[in-house]
Amino acid sequence: MVKIKKNIAVSDTGFLFNPMTGDSFSVNPIGQEIIRAFQEGKGEEEILEEILDMYRVDRSTAEKDLLDFKKMLAHYKLID
Amino acid sequence: MSKASYTIAVTGLNAIDSPGPGLAVIRALREASSFDVRIIGLSYEALEPGIYMHDLVDKSYQVPYPGAGQEVLFERLKYINAVENLDFIYPNFDAELFNYIALRERLQKELDIRMALPDQEQFEARHKSKLFEFGSKHGIKVPFARAIYSAGEIPAVAAGMGFPLVVKGKFYDARVAYTVEQAMQHFNKISAEWGLPVLLQEFLHGSEVNVCGAGNGKGDTIGAVPMRKLYITDKGKAWAGVTLDDEKLLEITAKLVSATQWNGPFELEFMKTREDEYYLIEINPRFPAWCYLAVGAGQNQPEALVNLAMGREVSPFGSYEVGKMFIRYSYDMIVDIKEFEQISTVGEL
Repeated sequence: MVKIKKNIAVSDTGFLFNPMTGDSFSVNPIGQEIIRAFQEGKGEEEILEEILDMYRVDRSTAEKDLLDFKKMLAHYKLID
Repeated sequence: MSKASYTIAVTGLNAIDSPGPGLAVIRALREASSFDVRIIGLSYEALEPGIYMHDLVDKSYQVPYPGAGQEVLFERLKYINAVENLDFIYPNFDAELFNYIALRERLQKELDIRMALPDQEQFEARHKSKLFEFGSKHGIKVPFARAIYSAGEIPAVAAGMGFPLVVKGKFYDARVAYTVEQAMQHFNKISAEWGLPVLLQEFLHGSEVNVCGAGNGKGDTIGAVPMRKLYITDKGKAWAGVTLDDEKLLEITAKLVSATQWNGPFELEFMKTREDEYYLIEINPRFPAWCYLAVGAGQNQPEALVNLAMGREVSPFGSYEVGKMFIRYSYDMIVDIKEFEQISTVGEL
């Protein structure tokens, strides 16, 4: 289960601020949805299904993009 | 009950690209809710911008350079006090602190002027050249460093330390060197400006995080606000920064204040590595130039220290606002040459 670090919030405009490090980021709408889903405690498979429902994308591309996004979150220390 | 009213003298009016903390301290004092204040600027040079900021500084006086010694400084302060009846002095430059610490008791006893400063022992123990030892004693990680007195010592020290390394002046300036030749160049420049020893320090990769705080001399932290520099000038000074939610940094700060029984303001400079380890780089025994950020985040530490020195009850700040930013800017003032003449010739404005 991917756990977004406490105190990290994403605004409606996609602005993400990490109060632990002072880093800030811009996240696009799908990135916001994924972060929100992780914060709600949803699993990766569930999130993947939601993406496939909402967007015209094949499973392997969505899977790869979700994995890349997760790696980026880890790289910037946004997940525990 | 009417509000107290204090006359407070402040140094460090040089709001230049490597700014002194004076104006930030003055802004904090002007915003104090517990007392009214008259601000006396103490300047070293006629072009320190604060002298001409009459909305912040009520009157300025030139003071002798630290090298002139304690007696000359005392006589000057005695004169200023005779005119202004000072209650408190905020010295803000590293290079002048030794004299003020040495004069502390005398200023209080003979002129009834108070200050919030560490004692001589605390001041000496946190010197850059002794910081490694200081860290080992208090269980705080400090990058390995060696004080050197000649450029000839560089090759041997660098062989053990490896490159890059940081060449640091005893009061100011720090430059990264990647070769022995570069280290020697930095050594020559820094020693010419700031004297000896010069410090060679292990280079650490990471992001710089600082803490602006104050101790009450009994082991309690009155306030502490951590900040990460978001924009750094070529002199390594923060031009923008943001307050952080960093429990670990606050814990280290409280541990250090408790262990040293620190009295007065301080700035702690840390390097936070990729592995989330904190290395103490410097302890500055004064407020930093960015201390107004702490005020903006809810901790008016300069006000608290004045109240403490005046014998009033001061409770430690319990919190501060995370995600508060400061963004510094420069500004051209238009000044009549008469004012410049006045401070240059009479030494008062």
